[in-house]
Amino acid sequence: MNPSDSTILRFEDVSLQFDATVALDHVSFEVHPGQTYVVLGAAGSGKTMLLKVAVGLVAPDSGHVSLFGQEITHLREQDLFDLRARVGILFQEGGLFDSLTVAENVAYPLMNSHVLHSNGNGTARSVDDRVRESLRFVELEQTLDKFPNQLSGGMRRRVGIARAVVSEPALLLYDSPTAGLDPITANTIVALILKERDLRNTATIMVTHRYQDGHLMANFRYNSNNGQIERAASGGDVSQVSTKFLVMNEGRLVFEGTEPELQASQDPYVRKFLRVGGA
Amino acid sequence: MFDLLKPLVAAFQDFVLLSIRAVRNIFRGPHYADDIFVQMDVIGVGSLFIVSLIGLFSGIVMALQMARALTQYGAQGQVGSIVAITLVRELGPVLTAVLVAGRNASGIASELGSMKVTEQIDAMRALGTDPIQKLVTPRLIALAVVLPLLTIISDFIGLIGGYFIASTMLGLTYSEYWTTAWQALEYNDLAQGLLKPFVFAVIIALVGCFYGMRTTGGTQGVGRATTSAVVTSSVWIFVLTAFITYVWNIIFVKQ
Repeated sequence: MNPSDSTILRFEDVSLQFDATVALDHVSFEVHPGQTYVVLGAAGSGKTMLLKVAVGLVAPDSGHVSLFGQEITHLREQDLFDLRARVGILFQEGGLFDSLTVAENVAYPLMNSHVLHSNGNGTARSVDDRVRESLRFVELEQTLDKFPNQLSGGMRRRVGIARAVVSEPALLLYDSPTAGLDPITANTIVALILKERDLRNTATIMVTHRYQDGHLMANFRYNSNNGQIERAASGGDVSQVSTKFLVMNEGRLVFEGTEPELQASQDPYVRKFLRVGGA
Repeated sequence: MFDLLKPLVAAFQDFVLLSIRAVRNIFRGPHYADDIFVQMDVIGVGSLFIVSLIGLFSGIVMALQMARALTQYGAQGQVGSIVAITLVRELGPVLTAVLVAGRNASGIASELGSMKVTEQIDAMRALGTDPIQKLVTPRLIALAVVLPLLTIISDFIGLIGGYFIASTMLGLTYSEYWTTAWQALEYNDLAQGLLKPFVFAVIIALVGCFYGMRTTGGTQGVGRATTSAVVTSSVWIFVLTAFITYVWNIIFVKQ
């Protein structure tokens, strides 16, 4: 059933349809530890649904999805909670709870006791410390007691990242993390995503419509010595090899491969992305 | 023909499933006591003033209307009993529930609807919380507790309103009014007057949550959900009060 136990996420021939709209059309792919997947696609191409199906928020009509080697397609919601605790998700608009402060939002994943148990790893770090640490990671420690509606769009996204990484998940899903942000803020967000990926070697799936985001993910890495984002050394770099691109069109995967392969693709839909991205 | 009915039947099925899960969650953990108390405060304490005000005026209006009719038969001394019976059996529960539906079914639907369209409900599920347990069940419990209490307060203030008219316009004494009002009520009426708000509370909470949780289509969708929640819960309140009264009369009232 499981050819390789190290697979973090596997889609096998997954299809999903809402009324007349096809969200996912026979999608198959696998994510292994340390890999980065950049999912490109136009609005409504099924990118967001891909992430929701991956953690069982939406059940597919057919096909199989397994998360950390466990088939989740028919799991009950209660049984999914333990698996989801090992996944961090950044929703499109951040998905922060308006009624809770920033600190409470970031602490939320830790408040569910099973998460505390699974990540206890001996040291009794208090929830408060971990929340501060996570907010320091996104450089928003000063916003602890603010409410999400007091923050800018970019800051909300950063708090969303802090909440996604606070439980130190093995897989991180980012849903259009840069959508609607100005280019400078967008690059800050991608830099944070790189930092998380390279510091903890987390498997990452990033859904985006900006090719630049994917280009950054594939070619840059976080240098923990000087705290800077820098271009990865050419040739044989780990992140270059382990960053793969998926391109989606109307629910179908029309491309899967590395960045050089993407750039060499002759598919007009795929090329359109490269042009938009390059502009 | 059947295709037209399909969405309706599907929606009803979703409603029933939501109701079953919300009720089942009452009996199993985790319980969010804080949320229950917050909702009791928002719905109960928040509605207290308006519910009292409407109760007062419905008592006054009943007394004024009945006074004229009763005077024709020289029976104005019975105004207390008529006000008591109409308020406790029917007007108190229905008016209170319709007010709370307007105030809180809308509030619940718009709050949950906004959470739905901003992916907070998905975030909740992704972070290991059952949104029905966290959002629906506390509102259901809070309403089921506070709506009967609000109804009792509204009934009582309505009786005071009736007394105000009886004493100022009909010249009834304190004991004339309150004795007839008290004697007119049977346990049967009180039970009916408490069963109704309990049922209405369940309807308001579940309908408000149902429309909130299935909101789609951004902020416009939130508006639609809110309107639907108020209209649907208000209609059901009137349908159910007729139904409960009918069944109650068959079972408990000896012909």
